[in-house]
Amino acid sequence: MDPIIATFIEENIVPNFNYWIYVILMMIGLYAMITKNNLIKKLIGMAIFQTAIILFYVSVGVKDAANIPIISHHGSEHHQMTDLSSETDSTKEIHNTIDKDKYANPLPHVLMLTAIVVGVSTLGLALAISQKIYKSFGTLEEDEILNKLRPGGHD
Amino acid sequence: MIWQFDIIILIFLVIAAIISLRLKDLLGASMVFGIYSFLICLLWAEMGAVDVAFTEAAVGAGVSTVIMIATVFSTKRRSKD
Repeated sequence: MDPIIATFIEENIVPNFNYWIYVILMMIGLYAMITKNNLIKKLIGMAIFQTAIILFYVSVGVKDAANIPIISHHGSEHHQMTDLSSETDSTKEIHNTIDKDKYANPLPHVLMLTAIVVGVSTLGLALAISQKIYKSFGTLEEDEILNKLRPGGHD
Repeated sequence: MIWQFDIIILIFLVIAAIISLRLKDLLGASMVFGIYSFLICLLWAEMGAVDVAFTEAAVGAGVSTVIMIATVFSTKRRSKD
């Protein structure tokens, strides 16, 4: 392979692969929402768009070699670490608190928990409206619905 | 985060998204969208977001796939695109 392409892949694509896929998924969802003719296909595109944005926010909270954000034992190993080293009292207090580099950042996770629930309720409402549209128009294709809605259209 | 696992799941995710949008059978598209949801649930668990993972598995993959299939059965199954 060309060395320039190889270094580009090594430096930009591999470390930020989550973000590349986030952009690709978001554009797939946007494309489906704009160009698909069937209403259910549009809703699948909308759901893909939503999960892409959730993927972005969860990727922000990821740390290298970090555990899940659940604390199983509070502080015992950190006490031993500070006892061995000769440090002042103020730095000891800092070391006695939880080491934040060991855990993934839970704040984006909690925000995205709300986004998932909102996304499912949006999807449910939109599917209910599609059923009502099918009952009154007899089709789910957007061009046929628009054709029937026109003044000269046949209904 | 295990980067090999991460890359494999992300590639399958894009494949599942494209397949679910290209299928003309809406029931099949809904099933492939369920596969997409379970893959993204696996991705959350692998990235350390376990609370998001089980919410996605219960609510995203379970409920939204079920209501989508219910809509497909009460309307038409074929799609033009």
